[in-house]
Order: sequence, then structure tokens, then C-alpha cells
Amino acid sequence: MTGADLTQFLDYTLIAMLLAVAFAIVRLRNLFAVVMLTGVYSLLSAAWFVSLDAVDVAFTEAAVGAGISTVLMLGAMLLTARECEPAGAGRHWLALAVVSVAGIALLFAIPDLPVYGDPNSPANAYVGAAYLERTPNEISVPNVVTAVLASYRGYDTFGEVVVIFTAALGVILLLGFGNGRRDRTKPGKTGQEEDQA
Amino acid sequence: MDMVNFLVALGLAGAMAIMLARLFAGPTLYDRVLAANSFGTKTVLFLLVFSAIAGRQDAIDIALLYALINFVATIAILKFFRYRSLEIALAQMSLRRAVEGEFEE
Repeated sequence: MTGADLTQFLDYTLIAMLLAVAFAIVRLRNLFAVVMLTGVYSLLSAAWFVSLDAVDVAFTEAAVGAGISTVLMLGAMLLTARECEPAGAGRHWLALAVVSVAGIALLFAIPDLPVYGDPNSPANAYVGAAYLERTPNEISVPNVVTAVLASYRGYDTFGEVVVIFTAALGVILLLGFGNGRRDRTKPGKTGQEEDQA
Repeated sequence: MDMVNFLVALGLAGAMAIMLARLFAGPTLYDRVLAANSFGTKTVLFLLVFSAIAGRQDAIDIALLYALINFVATIAILKFFRYRSLEIALAQMSLRRAVEGEFEE
């Protein structure tokens, strides 16, 4: 077996673990466990991105998915409950039908996708090839993705940063980081007693 | 050599699966924290072996980032369990508790 075969087998292992984690997230009712599992999920998917040679995506996924969003979820859980409400008894047949139809449509779309690593696929052929060709001459950044993000699409990235800043402001306002909330509710012993119990 | 690396990667994947089982079942929160932390460590090792198999050096950077994030996330979760808050630095919190005489034991 060659190296490519071996890495492909490892990919399948990672995807199987991703599936297991996703089902566990759906089934579990303990929200602490779910928050930790979402962190594990994004760690796994970032590892999978690395094996697909999308290192930049993996970097973002690991930093945002496993790091920041875990902490944000914990902060959100401070304001809400620790256990999920039990699901209603009724089955949602309409939702199941919609999901099934969408899934079947996606399965039908799979054969039209380009083969993994195909050099003639649209993503690799026209604009991508031009970027690969020009970047070393126009911008002396060894990483082409960085050159595209920070220079060719600099204004786009700037707009994204503004959007993320606004979103962060909104989250901070909602979750109330800072000392204001602490003074309103007396820093009682509730947390400690729950720990001991 | 590739084959040896591959077997090591498979072993690590098996260890990750065991950690996942503990993460799903884990009766207490601390079981789950420990399993998640250990799972992260295994992911770091898995990535390193993977980079050796695929012959890509850039996966090592990701592995280092993972190790850092894993540490920070574990600290955040444990701090949350202990103090029910992420707002104040740990040192400040224990100081406040000591001043208010809230230290048990």
C-alpha cells in the first residue's frame, strides 16, 4: 500500500469517529457533555481538514471551533439551563420527510462532484491556476491562501473582520462579560454546594 | 517505515475511540473533562504520526496549536465547574473567597 492509501484509511477512521460524536451530541441530554463533545467534534474535523491538505481551514477550525466556541457555550450555559428539556412525544413526520428528500438529492449530486485531487476540476483549473502562477511574482508570500485572503481579497477580509467585531460586541452584550452581573446577584455559595453534592 | 507509522496511527485511533466511549458514557462531569483532555492529547499525537505518513511538515504547526487550545479549553471548563463563572482571573477569585471567608475544609 502506498502513503495515499494509508492516509485515506485514516480519513475513514476520522469520519467514523465524527459520525459517532454527532449521534452522541444529538442523543445526550447533559449539556456539559454536549459542549465538550462539540469541542471534540471540531478537533476531529480539523484533523480531517489537515489530512485533506486544507491546513488554513484546519487552523481556523481548531482555534474557533475547539477553543473559543467551547468557552462561549459555557458562558451561554451560565445564563440558561444545564440539562436539556426532554423532547416531546410526537414524531415530526414532515421534518423527517424534508430531511430525507434533501439527503437523497445530495446523494444524487455526489457523482457530479470532481474526483478528490483532480487537477482538471473547476476549482483547480481557471482562477486557482492563475493565483498559483501569479502569487510568487506579485506578492512575496509563500502561502497562496494567505496571499488571496490578505491581499487579493483584502477588502473582503476587512469587511469580515468588521462583521466579526460586531458579532463579538453583540455576544458580549448578551452574555454580559464584566463585573456588572456579579454585583447584582450576590456571589453566593450555590456553585460550591452543587459541587459538593 | 510507512507501515510502522500506520500501525501506530491505528493504535492511536483505537485509543481515541476508547476515550470517546468514556466521553459518551462518563457518569460524572470530571470523567468527561478528563476524557476530553486525553482525547485532545491523542489528536495531537495522531496528527504528528499523520504528518510523518503523508510527508507534510505543516501538520506539525496544527498539532502545536491543538496542544495549546486543549490546555486553554480544559482550564476554562474546570474553572467553570469550580466557580460557575468565566469572568474573573483565577488568582483574583481565590483571593476574594479567602477574604470573604468562603473557604471550606
